Amino acid sequence: MTDRLYIGTRKGLFVLERVRTRTAKAAGKSAGKGAARSSARSSAKSAAGASWRLLRTAFLGDPVTTVLPDERDGTLYAALNLGHFGVKLHRSEDDGATWHEVAAPSYAANAAQAMGRKITPEGGIEPVPTAPSVSLIWALERGGEAQPGVLWAGTLPGGLFRSADRGESWALNQSLWNLPQRTEWMGGGYDFPGIHTVLLHPRDAQCVTVAVSTGGVWTSLDGGASWEVRTQGLRNEYMPPGQEYHPILQDVHRLVACPARPESMWIQHHNGVFRSTDAGRSWSEITAIRPSKFGFAVAAHPREPDTAWFVPAIKDERRIPVDGKLVVARTRDGGRSFETLSRGLPAPPAYDLIYRHGLAVDGTGDRLAMGSTTGALWSSDDGGDAWQLFSAHLPPIYCVRFAP
Amino acid sequence: MARVVFTQNLQRHVSAPPGEAPGATVREVLEAIFAAHPRLRGYVLDDQQRLRTHMVVFVDGQMLRDRVGLSDAVAPDSEVYVMQALSGGSGAALRLPPA
Repeated sequence: MTDRLYIGTRKGLFVLERVRTRTAKAAGKSAGKGAARSSARSSAKSAAGASWRLLRTAFLGDPVTTVLPDERDGTLYAALNLGHFGVKLHRSEDDGATWHEVAAPSYAANAAQAMGRKITPEGGIEPVPTAPSVSLIWALERGGEAQPGVLWAGTLPGGLFRSADRGESWALNQSLWNLPQRTEWMGGGYDFPGIHTVLLHPRDAQCVTVAVSTGGVWTSLDGGASWEVRTQGLRNEYMPPGQEYHPILQDVHRLVACPARPESMWIQHHNGVFRSTDAGRSWSEITAIRPSKFGFAVAAHPREPDTAWFVPAIKDERRIPVDGKLVVARTRDGGRSFETLSRGLPAPPAYDLIYRHGLAVDGTGDRLAMGSTTGALWSSDDGGDAWQLFSAHLPPIYCVRFAP
Repeated sequence: MARVVFTQNLQRHVSAPPGEAPGATVREVLEAIFAAHPRLRGYVLDDQQRLRTHMVVFVDGQMLRDRVGLSDAVAPDSEVYVMQALSGGSGAALRLPPA
């Protein structure tokens, strides 16, 4: 199982390592009494006698929206949103001990956009430029095995960017940006639509799939030169009659695929859960999930195409766990049935919400990590049967990611 | 030359020392500063070279009017302050509920 875990939070990056419990205690004592007590409280001990230890932090106080450990060359990337000062991308060659800033994706070359309008205080109307500026790096993924240094980034507003030089420079994918249907994309929880998922086929680096909130699923088979929409079967029940199956107006919250069988895909959609067994060419609605069908996060088992995990919540503007009880829903039969997993998770009231990148599974499929909006982090070593709390007092968690 | 001062809060992220720069407009003055401190540009201006949404510039106590073109006039003895606006910050710019 993977012994390195990266946590991107509203207040910094936290790097955890899995250690034997005895080692963790010794490390805590050597750091002083206060640290030892803190370590004893926060370390999650499992039956195997191991626990997570905080190895290091970075960017404390700053929002870390996504993190990418790139096993091709050992580089670690972290995307920041500094609020006033904009979106930044940093790179580390020593697993997060030291960092330096590289270029962030930018719409600098895309100034020619339609003008918007705004009402002046005097009641007049004046034009305002709406040319885009990146406000969030929402997805960051590496390119193929044979494409060293290639990175993909999904942003808000919804652009797909590619770097061929480890983030030294970025280019907007023009063919996706210029799609006529992109004008039908809409803002989900933000003012603009955003690309939160970039999914690379594990054995074909030319096959790239992106998911948009709100704007459906798009796949390229030629490295991004052309795109086709893959939303057949996705359903938005809250759209006007006749528009439920509109190919573009689909609010996909997260899209994942089974790495060993990448044609097996899962979507947590605003309106429910969907499964595809043909790489997204068609989707089936999954109705067996309990206690609800709304949520953000989904994780796919690395080898078993019929196994996936979800974290259900109450939908729309509420976004809280059903009955104030946080649970994980797991299917092992392709969505025909689900188990509701709660061992080790808090008793009600627990209003933790798991964002779309807040649930991860490692390469074995046994170890999972889950981080919440209220700053709680849990892990499981048995596929979600039981969960151990690492800390309930981290900053709000945006993303959790295992080292590959 | 105009005197240019950046918010102290920038110093945690990027070098932004006070300096003097020539120019008849805010744009010209800032461009002169960025020529010496290229990384600073992206912290003050957005992708379209507009003033970032939650930043504000004062020229001799007057708030910048042209946030897009930065065409406000600067005199040789002007003081230009580049500050954070109180309108936002990481909390407002990165609203939590995305969907």
